[in-house]
Amino acid sequence: MTTTEIQTRERLTPGPASSSVLWEYAPSLESTDHVKLASRYNLFIGGKFVEPHSKKWFESINPATEERLAEVAEADAHDVDRAVSEARRAYEKVWRKIAPSERAKYIYRIARLIQEKARALAVVETLDGGKPIKESRDVDVPLAAAHFFYYAGWADKLEYAFPNRTVSPVGVAGQIIPWNFPLLMAAWKIAPALAAGNTVVLKPAETTSVTAMLLAEIIQEADLPPGVVNIITGAGATGAALVSHDDVDKIAFTGSTDVGKRIQRTLAGTKKKLTLELGGKAPNIVFEDAPLDQAVEGIINGIYFNQGHVCCAGSRLFVQESVAEAVIRKLRERVQTLRVGNPLDKNTDVGAINSKAQLEKIRELVESGVDEGAEIFQSSCALPQRGFWFAPTFFTGVSASYRIAQEEIFGPVLSVLTFRTPEEAIEKANNTPYGLSAGVWTEKGSRILNMVSKLRAGVIWANTYNKFDPTSPFGGYKESGFGREGGLHGLAPYVVLS
Amino acid sequence: MSESLITPPAGSFAPALLRRSLADALEMDHGVDAVAAEERANSLAKRSLKKDSKVWGLRLAISMMDLTTLEGKDTRGKVHALCQKAMRPDPSDPTIPHVGAVCVYPTMVPFVRQALKGSGVHIASVATGFPSGQTFTSIKVQETRDTVAAGADEIDMVIDRGAFLSGNYQKVFDEIAEIKEACGPAHLKVILETGELANYDQVRRASLIAMFAGADFIKTSTGKVAVNATLPVTLVMLEAIRDFHHATGKKIGMKPAGGIATAKLALSYLVMLYETMGPDWMNPDLFRFGASSLLNDVLMQLRKERTGAYQSGDYFTLD
Repeated sequence: MTTTEIQTRERLTPGPASSSVLWEYAPSLESTDHVKLASRYNLFIGGKFVEPHSKKWFESINPATEERLAEVAEADAHDVDRAVSEARRAYEKVWRKIAPSERAKYIYRIARLIQEKARALAVVETLDGGKPIKESRDVDVPLAAAHFFYYAGWADKLEYAFPNRTVSPVGVAGQIIPWNFPLLMAAWKIAPALAAGNTVVLKPAETTSVTAMLLAEIIQEADLPPGVVNIITGAGATGAALVSHDDVDKIAFTGSTDVGKRIQRTLAGTKKKLTLELGGKAPNIVFEDAPLDQAVEGIINGIYFNQGHVCCAGSRLFVQESVAEAVIRKLRERVQTLRVGNPLDKNTDVGAINSKAQLEKIRELVESGVDEGAEIFQSSCALPQRGFWFAPTFFTGVSASYRIAQEEIFGPVLSVLTFRTPEEAIEKANNTPYGLSAGVWTEKGSRILNMVSKLRAGVIWANTYNKFDPTSPFGGYKESGFGREGGLHGLAPYVVLS
Repeated sequence: MSESLITPPAGSFAPALLRRSLADALEMDHGVDAVAAEERANSLAKRSLKKDSKVWGLRLAISMMDLTTLEGKDTRGKVHALCQKAMRPDPSDPTIPHVGAVCVYPTMVPFVRQALKGSGVHIASVATGFPSGQTFTSIKVQETRDTVAAGADEIDMVIDRGAFLSGNYQKVFDEIAEIKEACGPAHLKVILETGELANYDQVRRASLIAMFAGADFIKTSTGKVAVNATLPVTLVMLEAIRDFHHATGKKIGMKPAGGIATAKLALSYLVMLYETMGPDWMNPDLFRFGASSLLNDVLMQLRKERTGAYQSGDYFTLD
């Protein structure tokens, strides 16, 4: 059989198409008219919005434009003390005593109010953090509501969660959350704590406090007893004051490994309970029998989702050598199609870097990769003039010893390494101080099970990546922290069993 | 890897290098993850197209349409009316392009040929025992020859799904190759009937077999079974086309058919095409829609963009 040459016909139609025309999608901006932000947000303590003792406020800016979004209060040690004592009072007088089914009603109410205000929350999350509206709209906000719904269900069933044990709450929880998923992390922290009968003092990250304050408004609207949830804003000093406060029974922290280590040092010798969810340098492992096009989508989603500001990002790609060339070619083409730009545009895939400091850190690490001899590929997309931006990037020819293969970059930067055998993949994947997450791509079920049993990571995705659900526990091994959030396991840090 | 897969330098197709076999097709076969493929297709369907970019896409969609009637009750009068619509989709707006082709049963081809004379609209016809394909290869070959002789310049054949599902890929391959020869100068579109292939793994395998056997286009469906074109199936086929192009340098066209009735859905297909294949595929030589009711919805949307108001269906002709 011989296939004849491509038939070259004259072009058929004088239609609008001519080959190699770039299809520019007109901007499709999510409207912001319905969002009303205050020019200044105070602290939420004891059910009321109160001015900070310091009388100081700091700016929260939109990282995509560098424009001021709102002012946020700076809580000092005095404010932390106020918040903790309100939380203590609410814990002793109200929250530990009311019927668990009543607690559930409040938590359900918060969940429903988040759903009602989903559009505004998504827009503000995007304005404050720089993430694409499609992610705030489809991931952050719905998952935040889902966490409250899920833990509301546990509130009156704790004896079934821990059979044959007597379950009591821990007390006052101090919770410190990062800037990558501001509202969602608040939900991860607050929902299980409340369900188990604890009261909380939550401190959001200083660059992304605004949706936490909108959540405070929701909590007020839900008529939660005053002091059950307190939200105080500020930078590192505020968090440190909360961690070292004598009347806090439990600290939950999500953030960098450095800060996590400091917290653990501070708490050493105290009776405070601690959970840490820290950094990661996750391996995403692609075998030669993987569904390659879908694996490429998983690689993309693994590292460029939320601009790579994801602790479980698949930042080390391990590709089996026999398919490395094909995967890298496909990856190069796919990275080029990512739409980088205005986070409010519904067609944007990759938004702004969260802060100037983070952008500088990413740049520094990328330069180190180039200096150490890795080969860089960057999308040639145009970047906006103002704001903080970094083009989606990946490195090939990366050795395990390079900084870009070892350190968490927390940006849209992927390191590609290769392997020959499953044993080698496991060895290389586990060769990191971190152990938060991992991905495995293969069509062979037995190989998935084998890999999963040998990878030292808290979360392992098979033929997918970056999937989250309130019923599924999340947390790390080694320097990625300890304690689990989500699912039944997520209740454990917030209860005392006897 | 056999030498036949070595990419020939552009513009110098040595016939020996183009001799391809079933083994070449199966060598490029690998699994498709259904969950991830559907997720990707759904995410592309969420693109939001407005204003100029929407109008551009809709006009392109018209030029890519294979305006189709495939009924036992088709008559000369029916296809004549369809041809008028194909040439001038909206008489009130002469800037709107004509469609890509009119697609009919073989016996209607002479009437279509007469009606479309000089218009530039192509004449497509189904053949090979459409839609089931359950007849003798000799008859399929003869039907193809006769249809081309009657004036069709594009043949839409169906693969032998019975042979495919029973694992007789060689038979599927050989039959496509034979029909391709019988087509002569006419373009060959190979219908996989993805609704009968059960899963995406099979869709990819059938796509590769069709392309290596000589298809100019691969097409999802006949429109005669319960499940016709879907976005994820189209994505899987486009990815196979992309891999084939990388391996051989040859550009194969894609035609989703059946069930594409709205302008919004058509735009989703074009977004998928653009973001999977790039700008080179954004023309009617490499992408077609098999559709009958889609055209009026696209015209309605275009008129809305032009005038700012929707008009009732009564202002668009039924043909």
